Amino acid sequence: MGQAYSTIAFDPAKCDGCGQCMTACSSVKFDSADTTRSLIQIVRSGGDSDAPRLPGEFELALCRQCADPKCVTVCPAGALGKNGTNGVIDWDASKCVDCLLCTIGCTYAGIALDEHTGRVSKCDTCDGKPACVPACPTGALRHITTARIYNDVGSWEDLFAPGLAGCQGCNTELLMRHALRRVGPDTVLATPPGCVPGMGSVGFNGTTGTKVPVFHPLLTNTASMLAGVKRQYERVGRKVTAMAIAGDGGASDVGFQSLSGAAERGERILFMVVDNEGYMNTGMQRSSCTPYGAWTSTTPIGAHGRGKTQDAKNLPMIMVNHRCAYVATASTAYMEDLYDKLDKALAASEEGFAYLHVYSPCTTGWRFQSALNIEVARKAVESNFVTLWEYTPENGLHFTRPVDKPLPVADYLKAMGRFRHLSPDQVEHIQKKVAENLRFVKRIAEQPDEL
Amino acid sequence: MHTTDYLIAGSSHAALEAINAIRMHDGEGSITVVTRDPHRPYSPTVLPYVVSGRSTPERVFLRDDDFFTANKVDYRSGCALAAIDPAAHQARLADGSTIGYRKLLLATGASPIVPPIPGIDRVDYHVLRTLDDATRLRAAMAASKSAVVLGAGLVGMHAAENLVKAGASVTIVEMSKQLTSGYFDEVAAGMIEQAFLGNGAKIRTGHRVVGLEPSADGATLHLDNGDTIPADLLLVAVGVRPELGYLDGSGIATERGILVDDTMRTSAEDVWSAGDCAQARGFFTGTPVMNAILPDATVQGRIAGMAMADDPGLKPYPGGVPLNTYHFFGRHAISVGSAAVPEGGRAQVRFDTASGRYLRAVFDRDERLTGIFGVNEFFDAGVMAQLIVRRTELGPLRERFFAQPLATGRELMSKLWR
Repeated sequence: MGQAYSTIAFDPAKCDGCGQCMTACSSVKFDSADTTRSLIQIVRSGGDSDAPRLPGEFELALCRQCADPKCVTVCPAGALGKNGTNGVIDWDASKCVDCLLCTIGCTYAGIALDEHTGRVSKCDTCDGKPACVPACPTGALRHITTARIYNDVGSWEDLFAPGLAGCQGCNTELLMRHALRRVGPDTVLATPPGCVPGMGSVGFNGTTGTKVPVFHPLLTNTASMLAGVKRQYERVGRKVTAMAIAGDGGASDVGFQSLSGAAERGERILFMVVDNEGYMNTGMQRSSCTPYGAWTSTTPIGAHGRGKTQDAKNLPMIMVNHRCAYVATASTAYMEDLYDKLDKALAASEEGFAYLHVYSPCTTGWRFQSALNIEVARKAVESNFVTLWEYTPENGLHFTRPVDKPLPVADYLKAMGRFRHLSPDQVEHIQKKVAENLRFVKRIAEQPDEL
Repeated sequence: MHTTDYLIAGSSHAALEAINAIRMHDGEGSITVVTRDPHRPYSPTVLPYVVSGRSTPERVFLRDDDFFTANKVDYRSGCALAAIDPAAHQARLADGSTIGYRKLLLATGASPIVPPIPGIDRVDYHVLRTLDDATRLRAAMAASKSAVVLGAGLVGMHAAENLVKAGASVTIVEMSKQLTSGYFDEVAAGMIEQAFLGNGAKIRTGHRVVGLEPSADGATLHLDNGDTIPADLLLVAVGVRPELGYLDGSGIATERGILVDDTMRTSAEDVWSAGDCAQARGFFTGTPVMNAILPDATVQGRIAGMAMADDPGLKPYPGGVPLNTYHFFGRHAISVGSAAVPEGGRAQVRFDTASGRYLRAVFDRDERLTGIFGVNEFFDAGVMAQLIVRRTELGPLRERFFAQPLATGRELMSKLWR
């Protein structure tokens, strides 16, 4: 399997051209204040001018550390090469003959002449700690290190059948495969009715869809069946992880009684909820997790109906009030965060009830293009429509991805069709609800130890 | 008889790119490389730097044995192609053995042209195309007092500079009226000429050598105007052309090189060609041209490899664009695209004598870049080539582009890629 690498990402919408990245680079790399030497170059659209600098006006020239590097292929001296360990295109100064042919090969202006030395220069990502990124005050530059996860995960066994029958663009396959790879082969899996068995966890034609024992409880009894299975294994002295992957309907509505009971008893199970805010597998009916104003097949838009008239239940906060061993919310737009929480949930499930609530946009039910799943998931977090946090009885609740400057919730709502009909009043209602929810979670997060 | 799925004749940039492309799509098909050269793969482009001592023969290799092992490539050096039979899918080698192939790539490069000057067969001369040539020239250079370089292309000019720096008295003889013709325009060539003259070289442009005869030190050259020049070292660098004797009787169509279509396929079934031996479509002319430059060899090699492996991701060849960089006496010159002004188009020139910065840019009638040439004026040649190949209309940006090709090119490129 190929290696994935960390990378420097640039968001032109956030760059205001302050030049701090270039200052940092020139200083760290050349001990110079001359930003023309910087290995990252920000250029202004429309040329330099004294006009006020606005985000979105700036463009980037930086080595992409290509997987298929053209600079390497056109180097006649063997002085450039892809480093298999860190992904950087290494330049060997002792082999380089200064012919500049690499600048012909590169179409990103990522390797260029340094007029001070007469030699080419290029970004080497500062040995994995690029100086430009922390220097960026607007968040336009980010160092994406998620690759580490994929490299690790790639070496673990995939415990789902190849090929799952999900809708195009669904992120649940990502969740299922990643989570089960992490949890590992010593697992008994419960998947109550919903998208997960619909996609194939329970299998076809008499074979299961997983390489671990999987069962298909009723919507109502998932947690209690799983608790019994776990206790039986404990009784015979075998260590297994008892894991559920359930939908929001199966957890927050009909399955809530058994979930609440298992959490209250402290059953040693890992309960993961894939929250796509409705009964999407059966035709997109509303659930108690469906947000206010959303279209579903049972909250239609018509002469009277304007989508769901009630607000969503905050199920993870209800789970916090069970004082579970671990409760967390996560999003597939933030895989490092998700993995961190999966690790902790897995560890906690050996001692008590671990609950992981993953916000999971639904391309089919929410009405957005199949390529935009992760983007929608990210906007939900960036607008504080959902918040990412974790809770343990010992350390209380804290945010893992606090959002300093949240997007207006309208930016999130506009990203999908299920909110297309919203009136300004409804949008205002949702915006107020976002603030109220955030305030509520913050209050819990702020509790001092000595009350 | 040895048989192989992919037989590749040649071992430089085009061949290496073809191997990469094949292995991207076909991890298992057997690959055999046969090459006339006795060494591991290297680039002819690096050789002037071996002559100068900037690089050394043992450090120029582009791949090691591990690469061939990892990619399951049977690499046979010192193994020249002698004849091919496309109908039988067989190739005969110089040692008389035969290899059966499923698909064949001809990436055999080019060899120095030795002009038919009376007496050339009686004098000792150098060429510079192989690593062994470079080693031999470097050894001879140390002892040279008066050297003559025949031909003022980039290979000849590189070598002449090395000879000057090694302390020889150097004369460059060139048939055309200017140095580096075909690479750089008159003004740029004039700057190059001044640099050489300033460093003590003699330049005889617009002259032909009409005769050569052996002398005590080496050779005496007779020019067309009756002048004679003594040489203890003679380098013949008037250009290269492919040696295609192995195609005799094969029926494969050639002109100056092996004719190929936009997937680098020759006129014969299951035979492709790429690199300096191939004659592919020119981007500007639309007709088959020789564009014997390194970057184009990699592009062609990639396409040929993808076509041979039936890679569905293959995109046809956009056409060859001239691309050259050249360093001389601490200065640099870059040329991208065509120097000719297209009908209805224009050329813009600026020259700052104080800094020695020279820039010429050519645009067509739709304000699209077709060529850009600079001396001591750095711009991203790869970005410029993309603007040309993508036929990007600069419109109102043209003036600013000309004033600041580096920044404006980067701005355009960053937007184009997004």
